Amino acid sequence: MQFSLSDEQQLLRDSAAAFVRDHSSLKRIRALRDSQDADGFSRDVWRDIAALGWLGIPFAEADGGLGLGMKELALVLEELGRGLLPEPLLSTVLLGGGAIQLAGTAAQRAAILPALIAGERLLTLAWQEAGSRYSHTRMQTHATRAGDGWRLSGAKCLVLDAHVADQLIVSARTGGADDARDGITLFLIDRQVPGLTVTRQSTLDGRNAALVHLADVAASPAAVVGAVDGGAALLDAIIDRATAGLCADMLGGMQAAFAMTIDYLKTRQQFGVPIGSFQALKHRAANLFTEIELARSAVMAAAMALDEHHAQAAQFVAVAKARCSDTYMLAANEGVQMHGGIGMTDEHDIGFYLKRARSAELTFGDAAFQRERFAALEGY
Amino acid sequence: MADLETFRRETRTWLQANAPRSMFTPLAEHEEPCWGGRRAVYDNPDVKQWLDVMAARGWTAPTWPTEYGGGGLDKHEARVLAQEMAALRLRPPLVGFGLTMIGPTLLQLGTESLKRAHIPPIVRGEIRWCQGYSEPGSGSDLASLQTRAVVDGDDFIVSGQKVWTSYADQADWMFLLVRTDPNAPKHEGITFLLMDMTSPGVSVKPILLISGYSPFCETFLDHVRVPRAQVMGELNKGWTVAKALLGHERTMIADISKGFGGESRARSARQLARDYVGVRDGALADASLRHRLAQTEMDQRCLDWTLARSRDTAKAGHAPGAETSIFKYYGTELNKRRRELMVSILGPQALGWDGPGFDAEEIEATREWLRSRANSIEGGTSEIQLNIIAKRVLGLPD
Repeated sequence: MQFSLSDEQQLLRDSAAAFVRDHSSLKRIRALRDSQDADGFSRDVWRDIAALGWLGIPFAEADGGLGLGMKELALVLEELGRGLLPEPLLSTVLLGGGAIQLAGTAAQRAAILPALIAGERLLTLAWQEAGSRYSHTRMQTHATRAGDGWRLSGAKCLVLDAHVADQLIVSARTGGADDARDGITLFLIDRQVPGLTVTRQSTLDGRNAALVHLADVAASPAAVVGAVDGGAALLDAIIDRATAGLCADMLGGMQAAFAMTIDYLKTRQQFGVPIGSFQALKHRAANLFTEIELARSAVMAAAMALDEHHAQAAQFVAVAKARCSDTYMLAANEGVQMHGGIGMTDEHDIGFYLKRARSAELTFGDAAFQRERFAALEGY
Repeated sequence: MADLETFRRETRTWLQANAPRSMFTPLAEHEEPCWGGRRAVYDNPDVKQWLDVMAARGWTAPTWPTEYGGGGLDKHEARVLAQEMAALRLRPPLVGFGLTMIGPTLLQLGTESLKRAHIPPIVRGEIRWCQGYSEPGSGSDLASLQTRAVVDGDDFIVSGQKVWTSYADQADWMFLLVRTDPNAPKHEGITFLLMDMTSPGVSVKPILLISGYSPFCETFLDHVRVPRAQVMGELNKGWTVAKALLGHERTMIADISKGFGGESRARSARQLARDYVGVRDGALADASLRHRLAQTEMDQRCLDWTLARSRDTAKAGHAPGAETSIFKYYGTELNKRRRELMVSILGPQALGWDGPGFDAEEIEATREWLRSRANSIEGGTSEIQLNIIAKRVLGLPD
């Protein structure tokens, strides 16, 4: 593992930072929320992101990608997270695209990946259900054989960017007991097929999520992604990669909240002095800095472990997600507290980070869930 | 790289041929590493032999220049040596403040004659050093120190009291801070001196700690003559030297917390938990302890990765990042948490202070828990570290 950045990686990070500065702002994020924008993100910004090639970062050159890894993608996601960008990169590249990348047939790759990388196709993964909590093996959605194909019924929730996705990867039980790892299959489903309804959900941080209802939706044999009944391991891999990506987004967000807070400590005057001169606040700020530095290392380690197919990659991801969940929440909570009354207003931006921190924490498992997972993976 | 592989093979062969048999085992709970010095007592003659053969090659201080007795290895070779020693489970031949604190500082800032006088005896393990910094009235505010040094011909006459002098009762020489200009602002009237502990007027009294150990002493200095030739750095510029040395010290203290579950001499918290807490359905029987263990292990990994990141950044030729300032703070606080956890895992068996009914590992765990309370005090308290981060890294106003 190489924790320092190469010149190329440095350049990528700098251009991502410049892009966010030039093409986005918290004003834009606020406007998307307040206008109840139908897409919930900007198609123009998405086109620009695609034009920069970033959607192709983790995909093989044979699939039209750049053949880079999670380490590089994390650099971009960190900058997008700093600016709270809602563009559907995580869902399209790592969730939906991840399924095709890891297990797609040659036909599926050829049909999807070049279009995805060009920014012309949005994908997502529908895995979560009411009652499944963070387990991707617990599901009521089922697929039954119908001729040489399948018919799917069930209900998914909190499906990231489902209302704009062109295609969804849907997990369904094709066999096995409830919660068993065996008997899960992933299907590639067009959003426009009969029987599939998408209902947009309104979430805490204004990000795009939706309920997906499947009523006897037909799927051909060509729609199966990966092995029939063997979807659990594939879901593990997809969600680990997406979790690492989310951690990078969180790393950016916690730094933005922290920077905003430090800035306020230096400028806000009370008792005739900047409040940042008070030791009670200095120590909390210095502690927060420490926690964030550790989060940065964990995010890099998780991304590199995935790139290197490290035997403990899942543990690395668990460590990163636990730490980013706790540290982003700490940074946002401390941010609001140190801003005082203004921090409680919707007018101030710090609240956006508090909401995002909570939302990201509760996506793919919070710190308690990840510690539980880590202990189990480590055999105690 | 081919050269490095040759070096690796030769090193392994040499270590296997020259290390005494009993050095191939990790230290037992009750065993002290080899600190060297004139007062050292070698119950096991292998320890002395191991020190001597390694010192003869300069491998007690592998990266120090050969002209002062060091090994003259570059970073890559030194790493290979460390790896080969670890692979053979060889003990370090020598530890101490000579190697970790005053030696590196001498090489960095010492005059030629000071280096020639002091470095070779450190490498050979002949002289054991102690650190005379803190005073009864000067803890976190170290620069307020009052020990006076007055010029008298070619000597200083030094009077005052030092405290928390680690192993002063075992040491041969002390490096210390003294006030040479009482009228200057406090940071500007301090001089850094090297003093022979056998000088008339030096007396030492061990301090009994809550752990039952006495690693620290009070050192009384009553009109002690120290030659002016033993000034390191310039007169009244000792604070600069002290800061350089403090950097080495903080790295060393943060290192103490390394090795969670690794090649440490005690059993890991995880192993202890399996034995003391028990396992039910493949998981530790106590869910709360299981989470604390996971949290501690996960935080340790984050710290290890951050240390690795700092090293990688330095290797890539970039200036050390802001992350270096956090190691002392986080490393020691984490070690304290780990020691708390060990006691919780042992449960009632952590009540032991001495036998019978408690084994050495249990007693050690309790004593080490008490000992670890000092981690966040010595070498700059956690609160001082946070002050430093707030000021130097975050730029928060005074």
